[in-house]
Amino acid sequence: MTAPVTSPASVTAVPKPPVKSLGAWALDAMIWGGVAVLLLISIDAVDLKNVSRLFTNAENMKGFAADLLRPNWDDWQLYVSKMWETIQIALWGTFLAIFLGVPMGLAAARNIAPVWVVTPVRWLMNALRSIPDLVMGLLFVVAVGLGPLAGVLAIALNTAGVLAKLFSEAVESIDKGPVEGVRATGAPKLHEIMWGVIPQVAPLWTSFALYRFESNSRSATVLGLIGAGGIGQVLFDRMNGFDYSSVSAIVIIVVVAVTLIDMLSQAMRKRLL
Amino acid sequence: MSSSNIAVASVRGVSKTYGARKALDGVSVEVGAGEMVALIGPSGSGKSTLLRSITGLHPIDPGGTITVFGDVVQQNGRVTGAVRRARGRLGMIFQQFNLVGRLSLFSNVMLGALGRLPAWRGFFGLWPKADREMAMAALHRVGVSEYAPQRANTLSGGQQQRGAIARALVQGAQAILADEPVASLDPVSARKVMELLVELNKRDGLGVIVTLHQVDYAIRYCDRVIALQKGKIVYDGPATGLDTQRLIEIYGPEYEDAFWEAKA
Repeated sequence: MTAPVTSPASVTAVPKPPVKSLGAWALDAMIWGGVAVLLLISIDAVDLKNVSRLFTNAENMKGFAADLLRPNWDDWQLYVSKMWETIQIALWGTFLAIFLGVPMGLAAARNIAPVWVVTPVRWLMNALRSIPDLVMGLLFVVAVGLGPLAGVLAIALNTAGVLAKLFSEAVESIDKGPVEGVRATGAPKLHEIMWGVIPQVAPLWTSFALYRFESNSRSATVLGLIGAGGIGQVLFDRMNGFDYSSVSAIVIIVVVAVTLIDMLSQAMRKRLL
Repeated sequence: MSSSNIAVASVRGVSKTYGARKALDGVSVEVGAGEMVALIGPSGSGKSTLLRSITGLHPIDPGGTITVFGDVVQQNGRVTGAVRRARGRLGMIFQQFNLVGRLSLFSNVMLGALGRLPAWRGFFGLWPKADREMAMAALHRVGVSEYAPQRANTLSGGQQQRGAIARALVQGAQAILADEPVASLDPVSARKVMELLVELNKRDGLGVIVTLHQVDYAIRYCDRVIALQKGKIVYDGPATGLDTQRLIEIYGPEYEDAFWEAKA
């Protein structure tokens, strides 16, 4: 059946298209105006007026750039082995984070855990996420001493908070039909999760974990700067010794390694989804 | 109604309120062992709610009681601890099949064994050989055994629904509750699923309670029909007693919409 868009026979008038209300306009103006004001009053605080130094200190930059262009590969074996250590820190940090993140993620999902479990677990998750891994690393350097273990623990705790949040959001968006299907067979709650929930979230969870491994291999580099092991520690030493040629070699190794991990993990994630 | 054995389900004074709306309003009904019962009624009349209450998928209002094979599963507005045993005896079939899409059809059918296996075996999926053979036999019986290794979400609706019936068979269910089992299927698959339910009822003596939107299916395949309207039972009797006058009372003047095939 085809009807004309405007039927002459229709008794009621065609309603007007929706109009944005004055209140909505005002709210938009307030939000964007507020952002603009915040940016303006922050100009002083961030020393934006000094941006010209980038060019007035050109002599300094020239020397620096010249050294960077002549990477010194004498110690390349040390750099590669330290880079490998960094990746191992990321690997173990991420693994421990998954181990902690799975139960937390399930306990923080409103559709499977009662609210008296969800609320405290979410507090814990937020606390873990809100402490930057650099700060966490400083704490663990004090607790377990300088070295890679401090880096592993810092990454594990921070990432556990992040993964738990992502995991729980994945669980909250599942289709409840299959879970009911499992429940209706007389299965206990744990089996409902194992067979009804986990198969649904598995690809997403794996993808999140791989993504965090990617970003953790970057974080682990930075963690070296505070003495938590890996390539970052060497980078920091050479930087302090004004040995920019070695810094250049190290940076190249870091960029190549992190890019390779990114590409590998992205290829794996694409296959999953 | 209940002829010999203990009743599949006994529902006493059951109401279910969602906000201000009463989905069930003082329903009392009993379904005996080996009966083939259709629950009909317009959308929102409470037929799915009744079925889901029996298997304890949501709690009913305080005051009502539901008993399944002699076990009290709902009382004082709570689902009791006996519900898991009752669920094990009831095979539940859903409109959307509710198979786990990323698991193979075989694994889905295997899940029917969860209720009776030791918890650790069920958790890790270490199915005993006898149960695995039972699952294949069930798949063979419903006619989809060649799809056993395929992921459930790659199968057609009719194949998935038959898989769901196989899962109920692996449960060793003594009765089947089917919630709109054919509403998402094409007519050919729908007929196959209905004939399968009839066969399980006639040959294996399983009690069957099936909610149907299609009155002609209820009349053709079921002996007893219970009609709900606004949460109340308005008809409970033999399928043959449903004449046009009755149907107009249940569905209103548009009752012909409730037929799948054109009314003869």
